[in-house]
Amino acid sequence: MALLEVKNLGIQFGGLRAVDEFNLQIEKGALYGLIGPNGAGKTTVFNMLTGVYKPTDGDILLDGKSIAGKHQIDINKMGIARTFQNIRLFRQMSVLDNVKVGLHNQIRYSTIEGILKLPSYFKKEKLMNEKAMSLLKVFDLQDEADVLAANLPYGKQRKLEIARALATNPKLLLLDEPAAGMNPNETAELMETIRYVRKEFDMTILLIEHDMRLVSGICEELTVLNFGKVLAQGKTSEVLQNPEVITAYLGE
Amino acid sequence: MDFLSYLVSGISLGSVYALIALGYTMVYGIAKMLNFAHGDVIMLGAFVIYTISTTLGLPAIVGVLASIVICTIFGIVIEKVAYKPLRKASSLAVLITAIGVSYLLQNAALLIFGSDTKSFTSVVTLPTLKLFDGQLIISGETIATILVSVVIMVALTLFINKTKPGKAMLAVSEDKGAAQLMGINVNRTISLTFAIGSALAAVAGALLCSAYPALSPTTGAMPGIKAFTAAVFGGIGSIPGAMIGGILLGVIENLSKGYISSQLSDAIVFVVLIIVLLVKPTGILGKKIREKV
Amino acid sequence: MKKKRALKQTTKSNLITYAMLAGAFVLVEILLSTGNISYMFKGLLVPLCYYSILAVSLNLVVGILGDLSLGHAGFMCVGAYVSASFSVMFQDAIPQDWLRFLIALLLGGLVAGLFGLLIGIPVLRLNGDYLAIVTLAFGEIIKNIVNLLYVGIDENGLHVSMESSAALNMTENGRMIIKGALGITGTPNDSTFLIGFVLLLITVFVSLNLINSRTGRAVMSIRDNRIAAESIGINITHYKLIVFAVSAFFAGIAGVLYAHNLSSLTATTKNFGYNMSIMILVFVVLGGIGSTRGSIIAAVILTALPEVLRELNDYRMLIYAVVLILLMLANNNEKLNHFKEKISISNFLRNRKNGNTLDKEANS
Repeated sequence: MALLEVKNLGIQFGGLRAVDEFNLQIEKGALYGLIGPNGAGKTTVFNMLTGVYKPTDGDILLDGKSIAGKHQIDINKMGIARTFQNIRLFRQMSVLDNVKVGLHNQIRYSTIEGILKLPSYFKKEKLMNEKAMSLLKVFDLQDEADVLAANLPYGKQRKLEIARALATNPKLLLLDEPAAGMNPNETAELMETIRYVRKEFDMTILLIEHDMRLVSGICEELTVLNFGKVLAQGKTSEVLQNPEVITAYLGE
Repeated sequence: MDFLSYLVSGISLGSVYALIALGYTMVYGIAKMLNFAHGDVIMLGAFVIYTISTTLGLPAIVGVLASIVICTIFGIVIEKVAYKPLRKASSLAVLITAIGVSYLLQNAALLIFGSDTKSFTSVVTLPTLKLFDGQLIISGETIATILVSVVIMVALTLFINKTKPGKAMLAVSEDKGAAQLMGINVNRTISLTFAIGSALAAVAGALLCSAYPALSPTTGAMPGIKAFTAAVFGGIGSIPGAMIGGILLGVIENLSKGYISSQLSDAIVFVVLIIVLLVKPTGILGKKIREKV
Repeated sequence: MKKKRALKQTTKSNLITYAMLAGAFVLVEILLSTGNISYMFKGLLVPLCYYSILAVSLNLVVGILGDLSLGHAGFMCVGAYVSASFSVMFQDAIPQDWLRFLIALLLGGLVAGLFGLLIGIPVLRLNGDYLAIVTLAFGEIIKNIVNLLYVGIDENGLHVSMESSAALNMTENGRMIIKGALGITGTPNDSTFLIGFVLLLITVFVSLNLINSRTGRAVMSIRDNRIAAESIGINITHYKLIVFAVSAFFAGIAGVLYAHNLSSLTATTKNFGYNMSIMILVFVVLGGIGSTRGSIIAAVILTALPEVLRELNDYRMLIYAVVLILLMLANNNEKLNHFKEKISISNFLRNRKNGNTLDKEANS
């Protein structure tokens, strides 16, 4: 059984059919790419997968369980975490705290325990610090643990967002244009990190990206979206050869 | 007949709220700030009229005109000195500064005019209207308030939608940066907005104090808060919203004064406000802002 | 060993706060015992405590949760009226002052906390200025209703009316508790500086521990980016309600202190109206949004300032207004901030600067 199975997904905004008849199957451990021209509906798909929008039609199955229309919080608890196209960090919190919030539902203690600083508070906080630091190390952010997220350079902010998403212990990680705004060196480094994350955490990753070097470099399979509909689907090398895909990107 | 009488005076009171609310909403739309000192400009305007007409004995019209001019100047100066340096600061910082300006105006008035309540001589000379064999009595102040407000609202709507500076105001409130790139002088447009808002407050002050002739340094505070409420009620940033919100607020206030309890009227107004916002979280005519993810 | 340092940084900052409070307490006690204290300043001691409690508790909503509230005085009003009614009612039944006051404190705080939950519900649907106006409206409604409330007690139990004391229909033995606009008279003066200070200490303790816990991080993540917070599974409703309830609870406690510091309690625009709510907000903003210590310092200075300026008589509030405006202008002056950053290494200023960007830009 596939980890993620999307069946005939569709959403209507007023008179606009933003996504229509969208189907997708992602096997566990896959590194899957979702590409397409601007405005094709890629982020809308992400928003439906994570519960930001409720789909009008179709179903989404994660590990065989339907998550379509569920609340963001529940979907995250069930195992989908994401990053955002326009970075959304907790800017006035430290880098370490950003990851510790990600651990919110993983390591728990009550408000009362926190206020009274009971022994469990110290125990769990220690656990959280260790877990968070180990995640930061993966992204080479351990030296910036005390820095405010807002003060990180752009590339590191993107990394921190991935670290935060991983902290929620997801089965499926959604990355929305992780290489946007990065220079070729940073992109190359990011590709390494994504590969490492997949291996180290045994993670399934679905990513939206415009950078074709990244897509062709690390994605095994692709879905191309155009005007809200699937244009092509399959092995990366084959999809990128598809004449329709080339037309959609480059025009007639 | 009672109902009609409450309704008419409610519309009149509401018109005053609407005039003040327009100042709030225009400034909010363009500078994205809550100008808490706006209510005190009403008080300032009323004191100008009081000084010129009652103390110096000049005709009321001179007082009203002087009040409009002085309030306009004050509006512009306050923006330049206190708000302009904070344009990049957080909205809370600006709010606190506006509160400081409000305290300043109130206490300056307290020093100059004292804390005792002055009785304000009405600037309206229209006769009282008696309808239905004297069953419905409408005072000259009520008529004048409604007439003046209607004229001002029509003029303001035309000004904003038909003239170049008016459209510039719309553009700046939509997107300051883009407006600047299109060659609009943003600073001048903001000054103009404060000027118009303060002039409206001066008119509102004259009308309010003619209808309720008690003047003290805190006269502007409560109408200011009510008008602020009215602006939010109608959807802050929206000009027709401020008009509708103001009039509705005045009508609700007067009807609840008449039929339920005069002491409870404020609470009722605020309860209605909360209910409206629960149903429509951005006010009656406010735009629904959907954050893009 | 960065991680250890991160822990230490907040611990250090908290320790400074407690040390500051302890120092202030010792100083006041020395001044009191040596008699080197003016009558006026003595009268200010309890108010300084409740204003500080109000500022610290509002800071939770404004600085940590990032919601603008203009109705904090409303919760204070609830705490004051509930507790004063209780104390007047049970003045004879519970002769032990400490026990009666303890119950009054808990009662005032809890009922105010309940109101906090109540106002927290509409708050969940609203944002920014709309939320501000609803909290303001809430405060005004409370003040308005309390002014019309007549409560009396006789052998048949409690009588409540919104019209007049006559409408209560009490027997001859009836005793008035709340007399409409005349409020409550004869509240025992149970508030002392020591009790006020202990309560302030508890407020600070709870507030700081809350901020530095799992709950506090969840709350701050909502402040910084609501959408991202939901994406990592933070239950926004839950945490907003917690903050509103805790904040209202302590505002209620401040109200209890206030009520038991005066022998007669009335609700006016000055003490429970939006003017008071705004004044508390001024403490929080001037103290550096999000900074507990700053809130206390600002509350103390701004409460004492008009009293110190009393000799200037009529000019004092004028000067207060000018100081307020100049402080805000100076606080947001780029050149000045730059200079401050250069000469300062303390965490305090860092907190203040961070707090200043409670803007929508983080969410755009």
